[in-house]
Amino acid sequence: MQNEKKGRFGKFGGQYVPETLMHALEELEQAYAHFSADEQFNAELKYLLDEYAGRPSRLYYARNLSEYAGGCKIYLKREDLNHTGAHKINNALGQALLAKKMGKKRLIAETGAGQHGVATATAAALLGMECEIYMGKEDIVRQALNVYRMKLLGARVHAVTSGTKTLKDAVNECMREWTNRISDTHYCLGSVMGPHPFPTIVRDFQAVISREARAQILEKEGRLPAAVVACVGGGSNAIGAFYHFIPDAGVRLIGCEAAGRGVNTLQTAATVATGRPGIFHGMFSLFCQDGCGQIAPVYSISAGLDYPGVGPEHAYLHDIGRAEYVPVTDDEAVEAFELLSRTEGIIPAIESAHAVAHAVRVAKEYGADENIIICLSGRGDKDVAAIARYKGESIYD
Amino acid sequence: MIDISTAFAGGKKAFAAFITAGDPTLEDTKRYLGIIQDCGADIIEVGIPFSDPIAEGEVIQDADARALAGGATLDKIFQMVEGVQKKVPYLFMTYANPVYFYGYARFFERCRRAGVSGVIIPDIPFEESGEVKEVAANYGVTVIDMVAPTSEERIKKVCAQSRGFIYLVSSLGVTGMRSHIDTNISSVYGRIRAVTDTPVCVGFGISSPEQAKKMAGECDGAIVGSAIVKIIGQEGSHADEKLADFITSVASAVHSV
Repeated sequence: MQNEKKGRFGKFGGQYVPETLMHALEELEQAYAHFSADEQFNAELKYLLDEYAGRPSRLYYARNLSEYAGGCKIYLKREDLNHTGAHKINNALGQALLAKKMGKKRLIAETGAGQHGVATATAAALLGMECEIYMGKEDIVRQALNVYRMKLLGARVHAVTSGTKTLKDAVNECMREWTNRISDTHYCLGSVMGPHPFPTIVRDFQAVISREARAQILEKEGRLPAAVVACVGGGSNAIGAFYHFIPDAGVRLIGCEAAGRGVNTLQTAATVATGRPGIFHGMFSLFCQDGCGQIAPVYSISAGLDYPGVGPEHAYLHDIGRAEYVPVTDDEAVEAFELLSRTEGIIPAIESAHAVAHAVRVAKEYGADENIIICLSGRGDKDVAAIARYKGESIYD
Repeated sequence: MIDISTAFAGGKKAFAAFITAGDPTLEDTKRYLGIIQDCGADIIEVGIPFSDPIAEGEVIQDADARALAGGATLDKIFQMVEGVQKKVPYLFMTYANPVYFYGYARFFERCRRAGVSGVIIPDIPFEESGEVKEVAANYGVTVIDMVAPTSEERIKKVCAQSRGFIYLVSSLGVTGMRSHIDTNISSVYGRIRAVTDTPVCVGFGISSPEQAKKMAGECDGAIVGSAIVKIIGQEGSHADEKLADFITSVASAVHSV
């Protein structure tokens, strides 16, 4: 068979979508190849990232957290300080601008915690595009503030009631909607997942995180970090934080998965720890599955990490041993959520708190002259009410 | 297994009927398969339920959920289908992951043993189909290629080596009943014919005998899924009579072309 296989990271990746979408993926691939090499496109995107989203984001030395950990210096890459409060805006602005150049008038997107939905709705408002967001009904309850935020920005929010009513089902619904209306619509996928070319496009737009962080740490410390630590759901902030450090063999790359109530329970979303290879959502990658190849319902306190798969480049980095993936439980994440709030006065997104939890352990392995970087992917305002409920306090959003 | 080409023998228009295995139970499905072939379907597509069927509309999504809740697994489905006395070619329609998980060789070996002639896997497009086609061929099982209204210049490469029949997706969107099909089927059919002699069946959105007749008139056959699954969804284990009436009416409409 002479079939060409595109968009592979080792054996992972590919384009497993219905024929109806293949033309749109080819069109997107060609457009991205053209515009990613186009000076004017890159200048426009840089302008938006710098002047509108507030880049470059700070690399902040978290002195109190470092003292608490009692090991090396801990730096925070402050993606939480971006406009809209998370790294998601990097990708949303990039894809929205690309879609606009392609002549598309309408953006659709899935969202879990709501951060990608807010980022997409924001980019659509800025660039004068229509926007429709698909969000699991469960997540709409968990993240009511972000739902209102999206509506305020002019987006329509559709509650997804199929399946587990979370992020996985929102992706299903987006793919279905895209097959329904393609010619004027771009699917602004929010993570480094899905069919080629999405894992590459999203990674490229998020790679700004490590491009900046690498230069910043060399300027501040004169040396590379011992490790870069980031949370992983689909894996977009992690791949963005890892990417420019991949060639630096001495830098450990550590992804923190949501273990939920523990990897030995069924209430987990730790794909690398508990999943196995499979084909889903357009890609060959690792997925949580039952004993018959059905996609397993997953659970995490964090709506943004509550996804049964991981991007194909992470599956590859795991496969070749370049990156490590560790599970972090709800309890550990909540503890880190409170720890960072109290020690540094920074309330992290519950997603990012998974990385903080593990980074404190990693920091202890290194001496005071060394450093590690945590990708603080988002701010935690959206999570405050949910964490209060988790702690048994009844407050209203 | 029965060769798929028998469904089109002598230039006959084919009616392909779809049913979800295990909805509401595998015993019901086995009985319904008998009714469907006795009432005049020329090809039978047995849907293997998947947790996340991204090409399906609500009717078949719900059927998949009912079948999975009822405990329909691949092993049990193979066993049920193997026990059916087949009078027409049978195909499986499912998604990539259950097949990959089961193991391609093991899956197609079981297809051969169960007398299943082919498979339709909507989330394995042409570019990714090499491995699955190679393994299926080792067991004499045909992998059906799909063409969509958006395929355009892709038609040439997708159809060049097609076998069995080509599944022409009638419309944008997912499976489910539609009152109108806007795509110019005759025109797409002509483009396919320029590349291959493989028969072409139209599916997605065909809900009535009249629509089936019209679609079959513009190519080589019509595929009906959601309208059948909807009857079973409403009648559960007591769909026999309504199912027989509906299949008979669609079959006679298609065969009158």
